[in-house]
Amino acid sequence: MRITCPLCGERDRREFYYKGAALERPAAEADLDAWHAHVHLRENPAGELEELWYHEMGCNSWLRVTRDTATHEITDVVLAADAGLGGAR
Amino acid sequence: MAELTLKSPCEGLLPVTCGALTLKEATPGPLTTIAPFKGQEAALSKALKKAHGMAFPGPNESTEGKAGARAIWFGRDMALLTGAAPAEGLSEHAALTDQSAGWAVVTLEGVGGEEVLARLCPVDFRLAEFPVGATSRAELKHMMASVTRLEEASFQIMVFRSLAQTLVHDLKTAMEALAARG
Amino acid sequence: MRIAGKGLAPEAKSVSFTFNGRHLMGQEGDTLASALLANGVHLVGRSFKYHRPRGILTAGSEEPNALVTLGHGPQQDPNQRATTQELFEGLEARSQNCWPSVEHDVMALNNLAAPFFGAGFYYKTFMWPAAFWEKLYEPMIRRAAGLGALSGEADTDAYEKAYGFCDLLVIGSGPAGLMAALTAGRAGADVIMCEEDCRLGGRLLAEDEEIDGKPAHLWVAEAEAELEAMENVRLMRRTSVTGAYDQGTYAALERVSHHLPRSHSLKGSHLPRECFWRIAAKRTVLAAGAIERPVAFRNNDRPGIMMAGAVRAYLNRWGVAPGERMTLFANNDDAHRTAHDLVKSGVHLAAVIDSRHDAPESDLYPVIKGAQVCNSGGGKQLESITVRSVRGEEKIQTDCLAMSGGWNPSVHLTCHLNARPAWRRDILGFVPEAGAVPGLRAAGACNGSFSTAGALREGAEAALAALNDLGLAAATQELPQAEDAEYRIAPLWAVPGKGRAWLDFQNDVTVKDVKQAAVENFRSVEHMKRYTTQGMATDQGKNSNVAALAVLADANGRTIPETGTTTFRPPFTPMAIGAMGAGAADEGFKPQRFLTSHEAGEARGAHQLEVGLWYRAAYFPKPGETNWRQSCDREVMYVRNAVGICDVSTLGKIDIQGADAGKFLDFVYTNGFSKLKVGKTRYGLMLREDGFIMDDGTTARLGEHHYVMTTTTAAAGQVMAHLEFVSQALRPEWDVRFTSVTEQWAQFAVAGPKSRELLNGLLDEKIDSESWPFMGCGEISVMGIKGRLFRISFSGEEAYELALPAGYGDSLYRLLVERAEALGGGAYGMEALNVLRIEKGFITHAEINGTVTAFDLGMQGLMSKKKDFIGKAMATRPGLLGEERMQLIGLKPVGAVKELSAGAHLFNPEDPVERIYDQGYVTSAGFSPLMGHMIALGFLKDGQNRIGDQIRLVDHMRGLDVQCEVCEPVFYDTEGERARG
Repeated sequence: MRITCPLCGERDRREFYYKGAALERPAAEADLDAWHAHVHLRENPAGELEELWYHEMGCNSWLRVTRDTATHEITDVVLAADAGLGGAR
Repeated sequence: MAELTLKSPCEGLLPVTCGALTLKEATPGPLTTIAPFKGQEAALSKALKKAHGMAFPGPNESTEGKAGARAIWFGRDMALLTGAAPAEGLSEHAALTDQSAGWAVVTLEGVGGEEVLARLCPVDFRLAEFPVGATSRAELKHMMASVTRLEEASFQIMVFRSLAQTLVHDLKTAMEALAARG
Repeated sequence: MRIAGKGLAPEAKSVSFTFNGRHLMGQEGDTLASALLANGVHLVGRSFKYHRPRGILTAGSEEPNALVTLGHGPQQDPNQRATTQELFEGLEARSQNCWPSVEHDVMALNNLAAPFFGAGFYYKTFMWPAAFWEKLYEPMIRRAAGLGALSGEADTDAYEKAYGFCDLLVIGSGPAGLMAALTAGRAGADVIMCEEDCRLGGRLLAEDEEIDGKPAHLWVAEAEAELEAMENVRLMRRTSVTGAYDQGTYAALERVSHHLPRSHSLKGSHLPRECFWRIAAKRTVLAAGAIERPVAFRNNDRPGIMMAGAVRAYLNRWGVAPGERMTLFANNDDAHRTAHDLVKSGVHLAAVIDSRHDAPESDLYPVIKGAQVCNSGGGKQLESITVRSVRGEEKIQTDCLAMSGGWNPSVHLTCHLNARPAWRRDILGFVPEAGAVPGLRAAGACNGSFSTAGALREGAEAALAALNDLGLAAATQELPQAEDAEYRIAPLWAVPGKGRAWLDFQNDVTVKDVKQAAVENFRSVEHMKRYTTQGMATDQGKNSNVAALAVLADANGRTIPETGTTTFRPPFTPMAIGAMGAGAADEGFKPQRFLTSHEAGEARGAHQLEVGLWYRAAYFPKPGETNWRQSCDREVMYVRNAVGICDVSTLGKIDIQGADAGKFLDFVYTNGFSKLKVGKTRYGLMLREDGFIMDDGTTARLGEHHYVMTTTTAAAGQVMAHLEFVSQALRPEWDVRFTSVTEQWAQFAVAGPKSRELLNGLLDEKIDSESWPFMGCGEISVMGIKGRLFRISFSGEEAYELALPAGYGDSLYRLLVERAEALGGGAYGMEALNVLRIEKGFITHAEINGTVTAFDLGMQGLMSKKKDFIGKAMATRPGLLGEERMQLIGLKPVGAVKELSAGAHLFNPEDPVERIYDQGYVTSAGFSPLMGHMIALGFLKDGQNRIGDQIRLVDHMRGLDVQCEVCEPVFYDTEGERARG
């Protein structure tokens, strides 16, 4: 698999570390159900999924990668910094 | 009175020559990572230009300044200043961190260096894709590396200091295998 | 038999080789197979199951029969295909799967027992009693079955891996591949062309035909010369593309030195045997050609029965006629070219048997139309065939039968990403679906276009389409003139009749086996495959799968497209495991990280411990010490009584700067850092978002906006990635920058009551407890070299960590140890460090093992209530706080106990030792020389309320079952007076 890092360009997937689904962090005061869902519950689509990848062996960017889990087609890559995952403060 | 003596990361390991290629330890002088503070990117680049003669490099680029100074893009929001101690004012705009002792720096010189790297890095280092001055943060075997093309037939390769022996081993193995093909 | 003047290199130099010890002569350019055939050798090996005599079937990598073993000992290479093995001077090959020899094979008795060995034989026979399977059945079957064997010795060959990149990857160099490469190369595209043969040309080397009015192989030579001259084209010969992967990634195996005597590729000579390539291609043209398939008829596996296309290849490329009295059996026009070429070369052709009533006639040879070969006669070599036609059955004397059941396009790579090929009735073959592999286009025979003109045209078209995708302008190519014959074929998969008719030659699967599978309801092609082992040998059924599924379709009363194909998987051709693991042997297995003190430690006889990638000194034995415990005890007492030196540079060090650095640390640690005074260090606890502990360590504040964080050695990488994640993904607006400085600093613990005395002999400015209080930090200099000093303790004694730039590490370490020795101390290693910290109840990743919370450690006080931090919400959820949790405790032995062990489990003395009564476990144990007995740390249910209780410690692995007393986890200096000094 190859992932196009917005900074480094197209790179072999061996340079990346995979974290899982890209989810917005609940607010600190969110209830336990929201936190439980954030930490433990995941969609498992056979299709498009927004995921977090870390270009560990490259530029150290965290990326949000939109990937089809069935075909491995990658349709979008953005820096995680621009993905709005921090949630309400 | 005893005194402290300096030891280079690749002491006793280099140089190595194999066919047309030579691997040497490089001594690029002080190494400082420069990470611009929020909103300071333009000001930093300007200050860098004034003090050292080169702009802050964009992704996958290195910029050459005066008196042997060079700024190598070193990953997200970061450059490595080599060959000169950072000028005073730069710390207003960026986090400066001395890394002079932290990296093993070698140069791979001679025709066919990209063929050696092709055995270790999943990155295209051929001249058309990776011209003189280009740089890359890339995997080298299992190590995080920085690779910069200093000249057409000269690559600068950096890994963490503690990995010097493995770096030399891996590069030497690739050089020997390549040379054996004739 | 070599025909004078025939072949592409009739004047080639002679090469001598041996086969089963027999000295034979071949010539340069030969494969082992062509050389054997030139010497009249047909019997090459014995079959997998029945040990039937087998000969050479094909002239390519699909060969199922002619497998031989090359080399001896560690260099023994089994299952090498004689059809692809290039001949070299001194090559030694031998038959396999036979004993005592290929001529007289004892196991051929299996052939007589064949009625018992049909599909599912093993499944049905070796069922009961179950206990016999492991002891009797399996060893017996393993001995009887199988092809070549490995030597069992470690591989002494060198292997290599490499990465390649291109605009266009061209797979195959027949007419389609060459035309694609020429088209793309001329347009300036960056091209890699892979050809599994040692020569470019594909089928053009095997055919007697013309392109642009000249012999095809000369056209190939011109194309090759043009490509060679292009700097943007890389020709990779002897390279098979073995797999297609995502986003244009292809695996390819380059056989670097299979064609050279073995001494060339041994380690030390550096020439790899194979190189495993990963090629990233923007676009790909698959021009893999096609593979001819046999016809199943009774005894169709006898040596001397060969593929028609292979016979043509041996004749036209190598100048070898595989028989003196040839026959041909076919269901398609293409095979008639073999008859034509044989006769033109002066080889006697007894008859052409064609199953079609409308087969083309010839005035060169007799054609028996509407006829089938229904049996073969002979022993280890074909002597006759039986032909059935409207005239009845007749026997024809022949020593070599060329057969053809048509051609299967090589669609393999197009199916590696899960696509299935589509059936084309007109050619009776599967072809790739467009878009089966994104970016790949099939051209030529692998796409079902069997004429040379069709291949040239499709090759050019595929390249033009790829160039168009890549935005490269290309002139329309003028196509060379070439034959454009129509491909005419009629179905013929298996000739009806009694006896065994082979489909899969390598795994000995017959028509009967496939039918039997259908009868037993293994009707799905995937079930049939597993039940019969059809296509499961090293050739993966390249020339047999389609016929097998046609037979299955017929047995099921379904069509071939309804039946479908089995799954195609990489690798396309067999490869050495060594090639996949290239570079990972010995030192290449993983990087080694060495400390600046490594050499000095080695000089002191340090025993090294691998800690992740790092090598750290475990202990430093002194003369007279006979085991590690003596060294460890001594080193512990250095620190307790005088001063010890230990390299702690492996701990992760992260430099953190920026206006929001304090705020950032408050967010990643449970406790606060924004209010930490400059010049002070604080212990911090870091959680994962699920509330469990990720890591711990100390962080020092060096300036208003400047901190340096310490992580554990084990979690340094994980913490760095975590900080990047929090900063980039969760709080991108904060102004904080960080970078690893682990390698910049050589950092040494100077620990013990005499630590300050030692330092004051070295530091340029002396320190005292006021200028450098407990948890103080700041800049110092040693002999003019600037560094950092942290007053932190992992031993419980007054202790410091002294850091200088790593270039001085070696020198500083030697100096520190020398000074420590003068004060009655010395170097200590990881074993002593471990005992020292257990005595103090300090935790490591043995304790924070991913299942542990701050509450479990009694550190809930470190979880700030005033601020948000990572893991806060989940750390306080129900179930993570309370007496049901296991809590950190200490353990002391009761009575004369010699051993406690990490990994042991804890039980109430009155309970049975069973899982459901488990009360906890031991995480760390060591001998405390201070106390004179073993001590341990562990987790115990509701442990803090059970201090003083007796508990039973059981370790089945080490045979321990002892009584312990539960105690506080701090065994020594509980008030912490000594560290504060």
